[in-house]
Amino acid sequence: MTGPSRRVGTPLFLERGVYRRRRLIDAAKLLPFLAMALFLIPAWLSSGNDGAPGQTSAHLIYFFAAWLLLIAVALWLSHALHRSEGADTSEEDTPPVGPAE
Amino acid sequence: MVTFNFLVLTALAYVALLFVVAFWADARASRGGARWLRSPLTYTLSLSVYCTAWTFYGAVGNAARSGLEYLTIYLGPTLVFLGWWWILRKLVRIGRARRITSIADLISSRYGKSSALAVLVTLLALAGTTPYIALQLQSVTLSFAVFANASADAGVARWDQSDLQTTAFWVASGLALFTILFGTRNLDTNERHHGVVTAIALEAVVKLVALLAVGVFVVWGVSGGIGDTLQIIAASPVAEWQPQPSRWIGMTFLSAAAIICLPRMFQVMVVEYSDERHLSAASWAFPLYLLAMSLFVLPIAVVGLAVLPDGANPDLFVLTLPLELDQEGLAVLAFLGGFSSATSMVIVAAIALSTMISNHIVVPLWLSSRPKGATVSGDLRQVVITSRRLAIIGILGLGYIYFRVTGGSNALSAIGLVSFAGVAQVLPALLGALFWRGATRAGAMAGLCAGFALWSITLALPAVGLFGPDTLQDGLFGTSLLRPQALFGVSSLDPLVHSILWSISVNTVLFLLVSLMTFPSPMERLQGVSFVNAFDGTDAQRGWVSGTVESEDLLVMTQRLLGARQAQALFQHEAARQGKPDGLPDPTPAFVELLERELAGSVGAATAHAMIGQINGDAVISVDDLLAVADESAQMLEHSSQLEAKSEELQQTARQLRLANEKLTALSVQKDAFLSQVSHELRTPMTSIRSFSEFMMEDGMTPAERTRYSTIIHDESLRLTRLLDDLLDLSVLESGQGQLNEAWTNLRDLIDRAVASAGADGKLILKRDRSAEDLSLFTDPDRLVQVFINVITNAGKYCTAASPELAITARVSGTMIEIDFVDNGAGIPAAQQALIFEKFARLSDQAAAGSAGLGLAICREVMARLGGEITYLADQQGAGFRIQVPQRLGSVEKLRA
Amino acid sequence: MGRTVLLIEDEPNIIEAISFLLERDGWTVRLHSDGVDAVSAVYRIKPDVVVLDVMLPGRSGFEILKELRQDMALQDLPILMLTARGQTKDRELAESYGVSAFMTKPFSNTEMLDTVRALAERAGA
Repeated sequence: MTGPSRRVGTPLFLERGVYRRRRLIDAAKLLPFLAMALFLIPAWLSSGNDGAPGQTSAHLIYFFAAWLLLIAVALWLSHALHRSEGADTSEEDTPPVGPAE
Repeated sequence: MVTFNFLVLTALAYVALLFVVAFWADARASRGGARWLRSPLTYTLSLSVYCTAWTFYGAVGNAARSGLEYLTIYLGPTLVFLGWWWILRKLVRIGRARRITSIADLISSRYGKSSALAVLVTLLALAGTTPYIALQLQSVTLSFAVFANASADAGVARWDQSDLQTTAFWVASGLALFTILFGTRNLDTNERHHGVVTAIALEAVVKLVALLAVGVFVVWGVSGGIGDTLQIIAASPVAEWQPQPSRWIGMTFLSAAAIICLPRMFQVMVVEYSDERHLSAASWAFPLYLLAMSLFVLPIAVVGLAVLPDGANPDLFVLTLPLELDQEGLAVLAFLGGFSSATSMVIVAAIALSTMISNHIVVPLWLSSRPKGATVSGDLRQVVITSRRLAIIGILGLGYIYFRVTGGSNALSAIGLVSFAGVAQVLPALLGALFWRGATRAGAMAGLCAGFALWSITLALPAVGLFGPDTLQDGLFGTSLLRPQALFGVSSLDPLVHSILWSISVNTVLFLLVSLMTFPSPMERLQGVSFVNAFDGTDAQRGWVSGTVESEDLLVMTQRLLGARQAQALFQHEAARQGKPDGLPDPTPAFVELLERELAGSVGAATAHAMIGQINGDAVISVDDLLAVADESAQMLEHSSQLEAKSEELQQTARQLRLANEKLTALSVQKDAFLSQVSHELRTPMTSIRSFSEFMMEDGMTPAERTRYSTIIHDESLRLTRLLDDLLDLSVLESGQGQLNEAWTNLRDLIDRAVASAGADGKLILKRDRSAEDLSLFTDPDRLVQVFINVITNAGKYCTAASPELAITARVSGTMIEIDFVDNGAGIPAAQQALIFEKFARLSDQAAAGSAGLGLAICREVMARLGGEITYLADQQGAGFRIQVPQRLGSVEKLRA
Repeated sequence: MGRTVLLIEDEPNIIEAISFLLERDGWTVRLHSDGVDAVSAVYRIKPDVVVLDVMLPGRSGFEILKELRQDMALQDLPILMLTARGQTKDRELAESYGVSAFMTKPFSNTEMLDTVRALAERAGA
């Protein structure tokens, strides 16, 4: 017998495809924070508090390299998310909930 | 040497090309073709309206002055797009689901469809955008001037201020024309402009190619490669990078906020957006575009500094560098790139702003000036389009005036960031709208007002030079605590960072505090839930539950807004969906909501909701909304809506009374006629019986005559008996007495029995699907057969076709069995359909003498006893009856009990 | 003596009864069962007496009566009206339209025959 308080349809463990999609979404959500770290932290490091200003040319290369890296990750994520579409039927981002009592 | 005339011709040819492309794309889109018009590539390219002439020319200028700082303008948007899953995805989903037309519409929608907020955001956007448009005009005119002055050596007079102004005027006029042509061609419920978007995408390519071409030329043509370029950088005045972290972070934050809040970005990102997957593609493609746009900025700047004479304007290096090095073709390309950047920004911004102005200011005011409300107003569609066209002219006019007033001064170059900081004031309310259910209208209002005011004082007004040096030095009203660029003594900050810090933080804090302290209206709470939970499948939006809307009224109003053709197509589609292909659709709650969303695409959510509310006569919601449309007109509109609701109610009551009265009159006439009918039906056979029996009592009747007359007497007495039986049967049924003899039986057997008894086999061709009839049911078989006989006999008697046919179809529908009897005759005239089940309702055709007109009345009573019903199928070719009977008698009755 | 009766009636058995009754008495019975265009039927047939039923398919006998009486030449035509509804207001209505005689179904054969004869004689006198 299924009691009335028991929620039906919330499995304890997700199937592999759904799990993977959830982690991809996590990655997509984390990406901007990585980008923030890469873009903003050098501003402190080179702010000259210790009297050693940064080299513009070196930083130029650094920023574009970081930028390209982020774009590549975003490209990969976008494709991976696209491929995994349909694995997760619920668009809701909430983590899986075990059978509630 | 490139002559000035050649340049003008090139620019005109380029504009002509844009016109052709826009026309072509509009035409393709209206034919439904050109899938690539809605491809991720086009979407990403259209996002490039972010890169205006300010970034095209100004980034190089900025790099020449401040080194790497220009990067922040591109890094901010990159952050937003890399983090699309957080904000953009939700923004786009909501914008699409609710047919949001602008950022003002979004804010107003979320906060209880508040029109005050919509107006505030519109004004803020207008204040932030007008100087920016002026900046674009300046860029274009300056770039013209560069060429004009370059050819000045050939004996042409150098440009003065009036030449610049004339050029700006013509550029502004041309842009207004283009925007009106392609931005207000039709009032589309989606607010999509395929022509414009395609032209923008083309311009995006042009400006990217132009900048890349100049960059490639500079790096490999002038400097001699990447390594050499880096050395030039190392030797340049900006070789060292020593950023202020606060300014670096502030500008990154500002450009990130701007890409979300800028009206033109909202237009291309949300309104023109057509496919869920585009955003995911843009998450990497747009940062890549930005990267490409910024790749050569620093090299161009340092090479310009090295090559060009001192005092050359770094803001025009992109143009002057190729000219200086005699690369005229490249210079023209660069000119077109800058031209593209400026025009695309102006066009999209004008469309976005005109939509906001017309939806949130002009139309509500216009509506409120109409005392009788939406249903009787004139052609609103025309009002909307005209107001948009005028708004576009007005916006460009404002931009031009702004350019004239401040023209040429350096005040303009700072405007880009000032403008960003202005629109960024919307950010707290916007994020609150998306993520916090507790955000309230009052909170948003307080935050926005405070942010707007602080931004004006600390940044906008000083930037346009409205404050004299004494005010800046001594503070507002001579109060040193109110120094615009050092409020409350915070003087150590860069003015921009200072302004952002104050305006955004006070804005946010007030927004949060007031939201916490105030209580949202029911409408706000509903909207809040549905915005914040945009990804929940169920829509918790308030529904149009009361069904008092008339489809006709809705259609009339929709036609006025969308135009007759589109409105009728919409209604026909819905009617077809509801399964009534020839009529109007029922105003179901779902349909009314759909309609509201469609209309919201044309006039904004608040207005659409108010208009439908008014028609709906739904006092609770419409009063709320009418307040939202225009505060000053609320009283008037409320009154009108109540009147309308009342008159609607009255009309409905009157209609019901009239119907009841008609029915009563008809019934009373029938009751009156009942006795004389019975009399007639009894006396007619009696007449024959009496007459012939008198003959038979006479002598001298031949045996043949006797036989014949006794047969007639016999038949007529049978007819009398039948009539009496029917009358008794009916009275028993009507009084609810009489026993039912239920049994399990088979429908096919019952129909077989009925066909045999009706004796209709001879002249009536029966069309049956015997296998479909093989249904078992628990009912009173004799009573059901009685009904079948009656219906079949009727078909035999009344079917007028040359070769009468009767189609019998049976099917299961839920717990009921439905049996349709449809003949191929002329059917029953509509006027009489309502009466056929009444007693003695024999229709005028009396060829079927012998039946007293009680058959169908009895059928109706029998079916009621059997827990089913018999109905006339009005939409069939011939006469059709549907008999519905429960598969199991008793189950329905138990339910009813 | 070729006396003619025009019978406007739709019940076959009643038609048969009346025809039998009158023809036996030497009348020519002409039938006009639907009552449409009764005036021209009267002109064509030139009956001595008209027997008219009240309930006809598609038309009321009262209407036909009114129509006949509106024709100046037919003011004195003997018309016997039959009704099966047996309500006094039917009789009153018929008399207001100028009916010559009124009978309720079921009637006796003798009564019918006497009435028709009397009507014919009154007219002939």
